[in-house]
Amino acid sequence: MKYVLLFVETDEFMHELEAMGPAERARAYQRVTDWMATHADKIQGGNKLQAAETATTVRLGGGEPVVTDGPFVEGKEVVSGYTEIEVADLDEALRMVRTWPGCPLVEIRPLAVTTPVE
Amino acid sequence: MTEVSHDRLAGVVRQHAGQLAAALMRVTGDFATAEDLVQDAVLAALQHWPAEGIPDRPDAWLFTVAKRRALDGFRRADNYRAKLALLQWPVQPAEDERLRLIFTCCHPALSRSAQIALTLRVVCGLTTEQIARAFLVRESTIAQRITRAKRKITDAGIPYRVPADDELATRLTEVWR
Repeated sequence: MKYVLLFVETDEFMHELEAMGPAERARAYQRVTDWMATHADKIQGGNKLQAAETATTVRLGGGEPVVTDGPFVEGKEVVSGYTEIEVADLDEALRMVRTWPGCPLVEIRPLAVTTPVE
Repeated sequence: MTEVSHDRLAGVVRQHAGQLAAALMRVTGDFATAEDLVQDAVLAALQHWPAEGIPDRPDAWLFTVAKRRALDGFRRADNYRAKLALLQWPVQPAEDERLRLIFTCCHPALSRSAQIALTLRVVCGLTTEQIARAFLVRESTIAQRITRAKRKITDAGIPYRVPADDELATRLTEVWR
């Protein structure tokens, strides 16, 4: 099954990261890189996103679309990246995510896959 | 259609049936089987002879049909015996299905209330009405909770199995709660 892992950052996590010295931060990034390498056979792409301040939200459906600055939910938790994975089931996805060394929140979302008709 | 009178047919069949039965009895060693085969052969004769005419050697015709049926039967029986031989005792004890079901119903990806409702419904066989009464909520609430939980199990790929050893401990605490 395919899932997308949505990585969610918190203010607290950002502050911790900023407070780190260069060497410590490099180690933190290395842990993430290692994790990606460990699960490379299951990872099918994904990206780190730029900071939430760079987001632009468009609200449609109520006449003229409304464009606003910022993410669609103003909150302390923002999506900071995503990865598409292919694993057997939710338990395997959970096993992967349990060892994630980065941000403190991960949402696992199954993809709505429409099976191609052969 | 060739003119084969009913009487003639009946006469020929009667004339040969006994002989055929005896021959088949010798071959199969089983009276009931021999009788069945005669019946089959006679039935085939009654289907074919009115249209095709009575063959020159009706006894040989009947015997050929019966023999073919007998061989089919033996082949089937052989097959059956071969399969029987593959069976072993004791039969592999199947993992208790209920255990798998409980672990699926109590998967941590489901909310606590959904876990309980689903387990009571699916594992314990309570009705939604009984569950609703126990939780002092409306029956439709429980029904919806169960439907949603079942859908999540399918859509989110929650597996139907007892967790692996390394996960068992944490998953068990979930079940025991």
